[in-house]
Amino acid sequence: MKKNKHQEAVHNIMIYLDHNATTALEPAVLEEMLPYFREQFGNASSYYRLGREAKEVLEQSRETVAALIGAQPAEVIFTSGGTESDNLAIRGIARALREKGNHIITSSIEHHAVLRTCEDLQNDGFSVTYLPVDGSGTINPDDVKRRIGKKTILISLMYVNNETGVIQPIEEVGKIAREAGIIFHTDAVQAAGKLPLDVELLNVDLLSITAHKIHGPKGIGALYVRRGTPLRPVMTGGHHEHNLRAGTENLPAIAGFAKALSLVSEQRETEVRSIALLRERLESQVLAQIPDIQINGAGAPRVANTSNISFYSIDGESILLHLDLRGIYASTGSACTTGSPEPSHVLRAMGVPDSIAQGSIRFSLGRDNTEQEIDTVVDALVEITAHLRAITSLKAG
Amino acid sequence: MTKKSQDWKDLYSKAPEPEGEMVMPDEPVLFYNELVIDHFTNPRNVGEIEDADGYALIGDPSCGDQMKLWIKVRDGRIVDIKFKSFGCPGAIATSSMCTVMAMGKTIEEAQKLTDDDIIAALEGIPAHKAHCSLMGVTALHEAIRDYEKKQTSGGGA
Repeated sequence: MKKNKHQEAVHNIMIYLDHNATTALEPAVLEEMLPYFREQFGNASSYYRLGREAKEVLEQSRETVAALIGAQPAEVIFTSGGTESDNLAIRGIARALREKGNHIITSSIEHHAVLRTCEDLQNDGFSVTYLPVDGSGTINPDDVKRRIGKKTILISLMYVNNETGVIQPIEEVGKIAREAGIIFHTDAVQAAGKLPLDVELLNVDLLSITAHKIHGPKGIGALYVRRGTPLRPVMTGGHHEHNLRAGTENLPAIAGFAKALSLVSEQRETEVRSIALLRERLESQVLAQIPDIQINGAGAPRVANTSNISFYSIDGESILLHLDLRGIYASTGSACTTGSPEPSHVLRAMGVPDSIAQGSIRFSLGRDNTEQEIDTVVDALVEITAHLRAITSLKAG
Repeated sequence: MTKKSQDWKDLYSKAPEPEGEMVMPDEPVLFYNELVIDHFTNPRNVGEIEDADGYALIGDPSCGDQMKLWIKVRDGRIVDIKFKSFGCPGAIATSSMCTVMAMGKTIEEAQKLTDDDIIAALEGIPAHKAHCSLMGVTALHEAIRDYEKKQTSGGGA
């Protein structure tokens, strides 16, 4: 396939502002993983020493992850990532508690890993409530309270929205769930590395996290399962992961995940402070230099790295491609929906009109971004928006 | 292919076979070819014509695409054409190419332009963007209808 001259020209510049999609593996994490590909390649279920050593690494990693989220080691199940953790949590509870009830409460701004799973369960006779959000993208805990019924078996709400970075009132919902005796799951994939994660403080029974959003490897994540939570496996087979997730453990990835989570926990506070300054730099400059924009979710508490900006009267993919041609990587909505003509379901739920949602770009910053990069991006956006607004058939504003 | 006396260079100067090559298979989303990128970054005939003979407004901004197109006609020939577009890279590039192809054509010739002609002229666009090319020709045909309506009702030249 022919490569674009334009695309080759920018290979020497790269400004990566899509950390909510994925992150680069930290060198120290790679170091941690390497021995388990060749020298210590054993299967953690094997009897002999090589296997027992693998088992030890597996259990050490589990202890590390557990300690970093305030859990017991036995409460951590390794999975292939956020999507599988969400599936295991929701399907696992649905199957375990089917006799008790068939009602699930979630929200309209969840990741597709949760939304599609709930929709699939609706095909199997479950009824699902999709809670609305306010204009700033936050769910109202009172809505949760109101929608709990006799048949409610599970509440599943994300901790941090991937598109806007808006933080949801998980602790409060956790209290409500606990009082009502209903199991509470949170998808904390976008919270890891950005907010403290403590399953006790959050009052959750199930919590999904993944490694590749925190400079760990792809294909590995975990589901926290509070002791005593009824859960039936989705993946059946051997006796791995307390019989909740069959399949030979991905040891290099698990060791890398534990390392990534420890590093991010050590560095989080300093990192978040500097990333917050960078986002402030981005948003204040964009607001000052580009007319007719809005920052989605700015009215609510947000994690420090995410900025979702709508540029009126121009199309998001057109902005994205112009940025791409300059070596700047961002996204429209979530990475998983790029290329779908539907505007973001999150912005829609926030009441953003489709024609404005269409012109939205998500910038998600990371530990390696610099002030200079932010300034370059702002300059690029000033040029790009002026260019596209000269072409557009819509009136700005 | 027979070997005859045919110059090997002919093989390279020939226009590419449009069949089956027009629409690229499902490539990564931003895999536009060089020509599409060129029409996207530097679209031709952008603007408005104040005293246009034909005008069309199509699409719906809430569906993510809207386009306006103006034509100027002299002696049954399109002598000027301009467009503005709120749309994705595919919509901007195909609209640009559409205006390039329509410029200078007679009304009759322009009416025969199809979305496939535009995709072929752009040497293909990603399959899921093929529908974008409809915007340009639809607007062009509608602007021609507008022109013809004005001719009959307004008793123009």
